[in-house]
Amino acid sequence: MTTTRETLKSLRGRTAIVGAATFGCGECPGHTDMEMLAKAAHAAVADAGLTMADIDGLATASVSAVMWPLGVVEYLGLNPRYIDGTMLGGSSFVAHLLPAMQALHFGQCNAVLVCYGSAQKSSTFGRKEIVGLRPFLDPQPYEHPYQPQLPVSAYALAASRHMHAFGTTREQLADVAVAARAWARLNPEAYLREPLTRADVLASRMVSDPLTVRDCCPVTDGAGAFVLVRAERARDLPKKPVYVLGNATAVWNRQVSSMPELTVTAARQSGAEAFAMAGLTPAEIDIVQLYDAFTINTILFLEDLGFCAKGEGGAFVADGAIAPGGRLPVNTNGGGLSCVHPGMYGVFTVIEAVRQLRGEAGARQVLGANTAVAHGNGGMLSSQSTAVLGTADTL
Amino acid sequence: MSNPSTEPGVLARHQAELDRGRWLIQRCGACHRAVYFPRELCPHCGHLGLAWEAPSGLGTVHAVTTVKRKPADGGDLDVCLVELDEGVRLMSRVENRPPAEVRIGLRVRARVRVDEGRGLVVFDAVDERASA
Repeated sequence: MTTTRETLKSLRGRTAIVGAATFGCGECPGHTDMEMLAKAAHAAVADAGLTMADIDGLATASVSAVMWPLGVVEYLGLNPRYIDGTMLGGSSFVAHLLPAMQALHFGQCNAVLVCYGSAQKSSTFGRKEIVGLRPFLDPQPYEHPYQPQLPVSAYALAASRHMHAFGTTREQLADVAVAARAWARLNPEAYLREPLTRADVLASRMVSDPLTVRDCCPVTDGAGAFVLVRAERARDLPKKPVYVLGNATAVWNRQVSSMPELTVTAARQSGAEAFAMAGLTPAEIDIVQLYDAFTINTILFLEDLGFCAKGEGGAFVADGAIAPGGRLPVNTNGGGLSCVHPGMYGVFTVIEAVRQLRGEAGARQVLGANTAVAHGNGGMLSSQSTAVLGTADTL
Repeated sequence: MSNPSTEPGVLARHQAELDRGRWLIQRCGACHRAVYFPRELCPHCGHLGLAWEAPSGLGTVHAVTTVKRKPADGGDLDVCLVELDEGVRLMSRVENRPPAEVRIGLRVRARVRVDEGRGLVVFDAVDERASA
């Protein structure tokens, strides 16, 4: 195991994200998933100072199409030497990093495009239809008969246990949504930007208790893409490179009923391994982008990644502590809760980290940010992938 | 040649027993840990020999949510995770209490309800003092 870890450590900082872009965040009527992906992909490649002909590696996933990478190859006119269609839910685009780093390192390819697009808010066959088909296409025969409202009920069950075990309160959950909205109000790209208070969250419609509609991310359209190259090439490209210092992925379960412990996610494993690869600790991280499909996520992942002790996440996020001006900048784009959540959000954690580390984040810019964590979650607190990113100062 | 095994898979076997009103979980012949949901091999040690056994049926509500629904859609619905005394957890619901009264720590006993020939494991709260 030591040898394996040391080998992975040798990949630290050997690849960099050199292009990143979003398209159609919020509402993008009249577009297909693929059209949105293509526009984000082209913009990310252009941002990297490259052309589509330079792309010889592809990583992508879809919530509905089973052979999605084939269609992306066809649509974009690529001839990739490296293809990763690993589908782990929303964490996929963070989990796509490490295999891409290996492919680049060993010379299998020279430029990897990681990309996602979804028109699930505006398309006629949207989230409601996808959820309705899941019992047939992806049966969970030991859960579906009890009619949980998935995914929210799974996260609500975890929240109930966290509240029971640690005294976490609905007010603390609400403060996660309030902080996300405060960041979103600084981000012109964010979907939800009207003011939001703790009282608003507590008074909003209960969906699956203890989670209200404001504890849940909205359904939006959105596309995102980024481009990875080897570090030596990154230095010659126009934008400030963002180096990948560590990445690790862990899956412990699929269904919430199979979680080993409802208050501990596999982020504990992915985070420890990603930080070990990066040679950094949570205390050395300047900005944190976490997959916050629900307010409990932010609390669980801050604990599991080591930003606070297990059970202390509620107190850690309370009273504006992760909002602008707080102790730790978390989800600076507004997160899945307020910025964008087109079915799978993972790619946007990486893109916002890149924008912050480049100093391109405008009114929400965290001054002097050199290190970032981008953390993806998938399924029902099932798959977890943690990336540690840094500027040239961290090499 | 077709599959030489005439035994159905564990999911079908588990459901067939439920449809007859009987609930079975599994126990590993090698590591002796209880297993649920039913598997073809032990998720703890990889052993193939999982034996069926009837659980005690007693357990504790481990996590709980009320799915808010309009009355026309059936009204509020309890969804909970129950930890059996055997040490395994499953999703289910508590039927003899209003959803708002199903709390973590509540002691419950399993019951198989059969609707239109299809069995489903549900739970009822038990009064431990009465049964003591």
